Order: sequence, then structure tokens, then C-alpha cells
Amino acid sequence: MSNTDFVLAVEDLTVSFDGFKAIDALNLYVDKGELRVIIGPNGAGKTTLLDLICGRTAASAGSIKFKNVEMTRLAEYKRVRSGIGRKFQTPSIYENLSVFQNLEVSFPRGRGVFGALAFKCDQEVRDQVQSVANEIGLGELLDMEAGLLSHGQKQWLEIGMLLMQDPELLMLDEPIAGMSARERELTADLLKRICKNRSMIVIEHDMAFVAQIAHKVTVMHQGKILAEGSMEKVQQDPKVIDVYLGH
Amino acid sequence: MNKIKAFIDQRGLGSFLILAALILVVFPLAMDIFRLNLVGKYLTYGFVAIGLVMCWGYGGVLSLGQGVFFGLGGYAMAMFLKLEASDPISTKIQSTPGIPDFMDWNQLTALPLWWEPFKYLPFALVAVLLVPTLLAFVISFAMFKRRVGGVYFAIITQAVALIMTVLIIGQQGYTGGVNGITDLKTLLGWDIRTNSAKYILYFANALLLLGCIYFCLWVQKSKLGTLLLAMRDKEDRVRFSGYDVSMFKVFAFCLAAMLSAIGGAMFTLQVGFMSPSFVGIVPSIEMVIFAAVGGRMSLIGAVYGALLVNFGKTYFSESFPDLWLFLMASLFIGVVMAFPNGLAGVYTSHVKPWLARRKATQAKSQALAVPPADNPPPASPPPAKEAEVPGLIRAT
Amino acid sequence: MAFADMLNIGMMQGFAGLSLFAVLLLMGLGLAIIFGQMGVINMAHGEFMTLGAYTIFLFSTLAESFFPQFTQSYFLVAIVAAFFVAFLAGWCVEWALIRHLYKRPLDTLLATWGVSLGMQQCFRSFIGPKEVSPTLPDWLMGSWSPHEGLDIPINGLFVMALTLVVTGGVLLALYKSRWGLRVRATVANRPMANAIGINTKKTDRMTYAIGCGIAGVAGAAFTTIGSTGPTSGSLYIVDAFLVVTFGGAASLLGTVASAFGIAQMQSISEFFMTGSMAKVLTLMTIVVILMMRPQGLFASKIRH
Repeated sequence: MSNTDFVLAVEDLTVSFDGFKAIDALNLYVDKGELRVIIGPNGAGKTTLLDLICGRTAASAGSIKFKNVEMTRLAEYKRVRSGIGRKFQTPSIYENLSVFQNLEVSFPRGRGVFGALAFKCDQEVRDQVQSVANEIGLGELLDMEAGLLSHGQKQWLEIGMLLMQDPELLMLDEPIAGMSARERELTADLLKRICKNRSMIVIEHDMAFVAQIAHKVTVMHQGKILAEGSMEKVQQDPKVIDVYLGH
Repeated sequence: MNKIKAFIDQRGLGSFLILAALILVVFPLAMDIFRLNLVGKYLTYGFVAIGLVMCWGYGGVLSLGQGVFFGLGGYAMAMFLKLEASDPISTKIQSTPGIPDFMDWNQLTALPLWWEPFKYLPFALVAVLLVPTLLAFVISFAMFKRRVGGVYFAIITQAVALIMTVLIIGQQGYTGGVNGITDLKTLLGWDIRTNSAKYILYFANALLLLGCIYFCLWVQKSKLGTLLLAMRDKEDRVRFSGYDVSMFKVFAFCLAAMLSAIGGAMFTLQVGFMSPSFVGIVPSIEMVIFAAVGGRMSLIGAVYGALLVNFGKTYFSESFPDLWLFLMASLFIGVVMAFPNGLAGVYTSHVKPWLARRKATQAKSQALAVPPADNPPPASPPPAKEAEVPGLIRAT
Repeated sequence: MAFADMLNIGMMQGFAGLSLFAVLLLMGLGLAIIFGQMGVINMAHGEFMTLGAYTIFLFSTLAESFFPQFTQSYFLVAIVAAFFVAFLAGWCVEWALIRHLYKRPLDTLLATWGVSLGMQQCFRSFIGPKEVSPTLPDWLMGSWSPHEGLDIPINGLFVMALTLVVTGGVLLALYKSRWGLRVRATVANRPMANAIGINTKKTDRMTYAIGCGIAGVAGAAFTTIGSTGPTSGSLYIVDAFLVVTFGGAASLLGTVASAFGIAQMQSISEFFMTGSMAKVLTLMTIVVILMMRPQGLFASKIRH
């Protein structure tokens, strides 16, 4: 497996749970600055794929290369530090901390035990928190306890926590689930803004939303890639139509 | 003046200062040296209790083996004191003079090699701090790196406590067995059994405890403290924000172990002996109840918890020995069922609002005369010692 | 000659290990059901065992004083009674405490420790601090000598048989009965089990009570190899917990295997060193293995 220009190169990736192959010899390449959307019916293995890339699940076989560095055996926190950010399906924020603290804790400095003890919230950190908070529309709510935010605001906050680390690859699992139409629009704008200088993988079901943001779409089915390409191309693919409408 | 006030409020130092005044001024004035020495002994459990607040309350890691670290710290200190007390002249009636008496009784004819370095105080002090911490590191590193936590960890620490007691009791030639290491006399020639020494040791112990609490408060305010809280809420989010979650838990556990060890060493100095009865399963789990009664999230509360439970233990086991275990049983059950946040929790949920209401009514009656003050009164009473304890007992 | 002696001693030592295996297994089974199936840490488990042992003693005393014609046969009835006494006590404890704490496993640990302290003090206050032994029926006494120099105590054989019956019964109940089906459904998915009409609260209470009942039977087995005091049960609690974790929680087969392994290791190493060092060695081995392989011997595979 030679080195590539891709930010992320997943090759022959397989994971099996008790013989059931949730991901089956999958190949996926993501370009620099690309916003890739992964769609597919329930149980296709979309979330498992993200879990494998960020290290939440261990791969049975295959390779995951990020910027040409092999990630497959690395611990999760090391993958994060090399630049992979992952947002979970349900908003995963620290409910008891304030919005400010949520963002501050995500700042990528003082990540070791003693680094964290010595960490000082200086002007650089405060500026970064403020600018990210403005980006996600929570600039006025820094002192609010995060648990009191609305569902949509929580989703944004988690995206903001990832932005604090300025990852080169950002993976979002159903970021607009449970959002109102207005919030969906804002989220689409947000995603378009933040993908300017990084690559993104987004899992989403809402086709209108997908069409709005995707550079390229990957359709997964039963742990494999069924089709890949632009939205129009994928929508016309007979295999895809069969999976979504058939059965 | 206002700056100082703000500083005190901001760091939660009000209750810290009240505790300091209580143990540095009130107790020494109100008690004779016998009772003060007893309080000093209880305060050594305070070290264990604040350690548990850090690892159990903040880190979410329940340890049922704190007695092991308390004991290791205590034994390291006791070994040094015992060697000093076993000089060849005062042990000349032994068949091998110059070794501790229990070794002589067990037919040992020479000091074991691993006892040798304990002739030196600096080594003993380093051992007090490092041996328990290293043991804690080995246990917790192995377990947390493999994502074992919670209940499994508690059971393993309990097993370690059992191993340690069986080992100490079984190897009586090297450890003094079930009696422990007794008859400790002097520290570098200074007789620790006199009243003046007891006073000095009491104050040294109290200051050390306050220092440790201050350090823990600082840790809680640091990013590490925030991260520990964040981990309790969403461990995966912390992990996928680039933190090695296991190392933070290892730190919390090692900190708790080191604090317990300091407590153990101070115990040996003040009480004059160390024995396996402070190491095993039962004492270890009793130490958990100190923190639970005081409040598992409150450092200050945990010290009050250690004091109260031990006052109770001394009082009841002298006057009503049969009742004590029942009381202890109801403490365990009651704290878990009714007051999961202990006295500190009762204080914040009941006493504080009551004080606020009272203040509000007072303010209302004065509102016409005086413009409302923008600073809250700094002094808050200690977590409701007199007021709440009878209630706690009644309720259980 | 010397070799034959060694063999005999080895076999007898191994058999002594089997008695310990029986008690550990019976203790572990109850714990494994409660811990593995419900996630509750039952620190009072040892006291439920003691309760069973005291029940045997009560029956033995009753038989001796009032019904001398039953002194040979009371034991079998008493075993059943031991189960039900511990079962009832467990039922009450679940109702009073455990059901409020299902979401806080570490707190069940502290609360049941409180229960254990309370029960110990009850034993001390109402039965007495002295250790007691029931008068065992004659047919449990003596030993079986298949050939010269080899004596296998009959009570050990009886305990083994009892253990086999109980273990078989538990496995059968868990995998064949309605209760077992409900328990497994509740473990797999509590809300779903609720939704399809399983009364999970009742299932929990039943499970806890049955676990305690088995501890009562363990107590009955215990009376044949040792005398009972207020703290007898607490001596076994850590070992029993290690049996369960070492075997891999939620795996009853693992519990059997690890009880066997731990008991044999303890018993065989006692042959080479003092009892306390044998205990230290056994416990340390388990702890080290658990640090290396925390999922235990027979981990259930969980996808997550």
C-alpha cells in the first residue's frame, strides 16, 4: 500500500463481530478539503466505519491511513492528536459544565496529566473559545450550563468542541438528527463554512440536506460500498435504487 | 479587603478557613491532650477521606483498598521508629540484640536485608510517599489501560487489602504479625510519647492535612479537575478529545494512595504503633464511609465525616458496643439511600437555602433603610455539624 | 511405598480442595447470578451463607431436643429450609434496598456492606458470638476407604454431590425455565423485556432471592466442613467475588471452572507452604491474571 495524496485512505478494512462482518473489505479515500457524505440503510455499517476510523472499535483486518500514517493500531487519543475529530450521534457534551468550560476543556493544550495540572486559561484560549463560540452561534451563551441548551445548540456545541482542536478530518454522525428546519439550514451553512480548510465525513439520512452539502456521496450497504460519486450519479444508480426501494 | 473576600469566595475557601480554625484553635483550646491526641488520630483518617474524594468522588474510581496504602505509609514510618527503638543497649536481653523484639521472638538472628535502609529517616520518608504510590500506579495502570473500572476495580482493590493483611499476619518474623509494630519510642532521639511531643505532632498533622486539602482544592480547580468531572459525565467524549483517560484515573488513584500513606505515617507517629488491623478489608471499607458520610464530592465534608464517624465509633464502642455495628450498618445504608452526597450535600440542599431565605427576609426588613449589599456574607458555618447529625441518625 | 504414600496424600489433598471447591462454587453461583445477571454487588452474600448454616444448626438442635427420631434425616429437610430462609431474607433485602439502587452499582456495594454488618451483629446478639456446629447425622461421618492409606471423608462426598445437584439445577432453571428466560431477556434488554410484558421488577427480586437462597445452601454445605460463627461468611466473600470475576461475569461455566481452579490451587499449594502463604499466592495469582486479562476466563462477547 503505497502512500497517497489522500487525507484518509481506508483499505480492505474488515471488522467482524462473532463472524458477522459489519464492515467487509471496505475501501474509502477522502481528499483534502473534501466533504464526503455517507448514506445507506440502517445497519449498513456507517457508524461502525466511523468507530473504526477513530478507534472506538478495533479492526479485524485492513488498514486505515491518515496523512499516510498507519492508524489501525493506535490508541484513540493518539488518533485524535494526529488530527481526527469525531462527533457522536447523540449530542455528547459535558452537561454540568458551562459552554465556556466545554470549549475550554477541548482546547488542545495540557493534554497530559501534568500538562492539565499546569494549564492556564490565557488570552489565546479565551480568544479561541470566543471565536469558535461565535462560529457555532453560542457566542452569547458562554456562561450557560451546557445541559440547559436546546438539542440543536448541544449538537453545535459538540461541533464547536471539535473545532477547538482544529482537526484536519472531522467526522460527524447524523449532525442534524432532531433539528428543526431552521436549525438544519444553519447547520448546513456551518458545515459549508468549516469544511473550507479541512476534510469532513458526514453520515446523514436527510437527502435534501445531503444534496445541499455533499461534494461526493458514498452509499454503504451491508458493510460494503455500493456506489460512490456525485449526488446525481448515485441517485440514478440502479443498485442504490434497488437497496432503498427494493427488498 | 473586598479583594480578599472575593478571593475567599472564589476558591471556596470559607469552609476551608472554618475547618482550619476548628482544628487549629478550637480543638486544642477545648480538649486535654488525651482527647486532642484522639482527634489527631481521627484526622489522619481525614487524609484517607480526602484521597477518596479525589479518586471516588471526582475520578469515579471507588477503592476498597485504601487501608493498604494507609498501612504501607504507617509501616514504613513504624519500621524506622522501631529500628531506632531497638538499639543494642535497650535490647540487650534478647538473644540477638539490636534487632526488633518481634524478630527475636521469631528466631530471626539478623536484620532482614530489606529492613536495612529503614535505618535512615530520609529513606523511610521517601518510602512512605513512594511505595504506596508505586503500588497504586501498578494496580491502576494495568487495570485502567485495559478499561477495567467500577465494580471490578473495587473488587481487585479489596482482594489486595486481603492479600496484604494475610501477608503481614503470616510473616510475623518480618512484620510483627497480628500485633503489628509496637513500642515505638523516639524520632531521631526526640521522645514522641510525651505530652509536648503529642501537641507538636497534632499541629504538624493538622497543618499537613490542611496543606493537602489546599493542594486538592487546587487540583480540583485545575483543568485536570474539570476533566475528571467531564469524564464522569461523558468518558468517550473526553477520550475522543485527545485525552488519555486512563492516565487521569491513574493519577487520581495514585494521589489518593499517597494521601492515605501520609495519613498512615502520621498515625504511626501520633498513636505509637501500626498493626494489620488498619490494613484489611473492614478498615478499608470503613474509610470509604468517612468520605461518604462527609460527602464524596466535598474535601472539607470528608474531613468532618472522618471526625464524626470516629467520634461516634469511640463513643459507642465504649458505651454500647453492641449498638455500634448496627449504627455503622445504618450509616452505610442511610448514606447511600437517603444522603448520597453526605453532610456536604445536606448542607447545600437544606442549610444553604435556609440561610439564604433568612438573609432574604432580613434584607427585606432592612431594605428601606439600607441599599442591598452586593457582597454575600463570607462566613458560612461548617457543614451543619450540630444541626444535621441527629437528623441523619434519626432518618436512618 | 513412599510413592504410594505421596499419591495418597496428593489425592486426599486434592479432595480437600474439592470441599473448598464446593463451598466456593455454591457461593460463587449465587453471586454470579446476582452480579452477572443484575449487575448488583452483593457484599452481604457471606451473611446469607451464614444464615443458611445457622438454619441447619437450628434444625439439628430442634431434632436433638424434641424429635430424636429425626436426628438421621433432619439434614435433608434442613438444606431445603436453609435455601428458603436465605431466599426470604434476600427477598426482603431486595424489596427494602436493592431495588432503589439498580442504577448505582457502587452504591449497592456500600449498602449491602451495611446489610452485612447489620446481619453479623444480629447473629452476634441473638445467636451468640461463639461458633456453633450442628450435630451431623451418623451417615455423614466417617470416611470411605477405596484402598489402604486413602481415606476420603463422606461429608466431602456429600457436599460434592449437593453442589453438583444445585449447579445442575441452576443451569437448568436459567436455560429451561420461564424464570430463566425472563432473567436472560431482562439482562439482554431491560426496556424491551418490560415492553413485552415481563415484570422486570419481579424478575429482579426473584433473581436476587434465588441467589441468596443458593448462598443458604452453601451455608448448609459449609456446616459439614467447619463450625459457624457470626463472621464465617465474611471469610469467603472476597474469594467468592474473585471466583465470579475470574470466571468472567455472566458466565456460569466460567464460575464453575474458576471455583475449581482457585480451590485446587489453594489446596495444593497448602501442601508446600503455610496456609496463609498459600492463600497469598493464590489470591495474588488471580489478581495478576485479572490485571492481564480483566474479562476473566470465559468472557461473554459483547458488541459495542
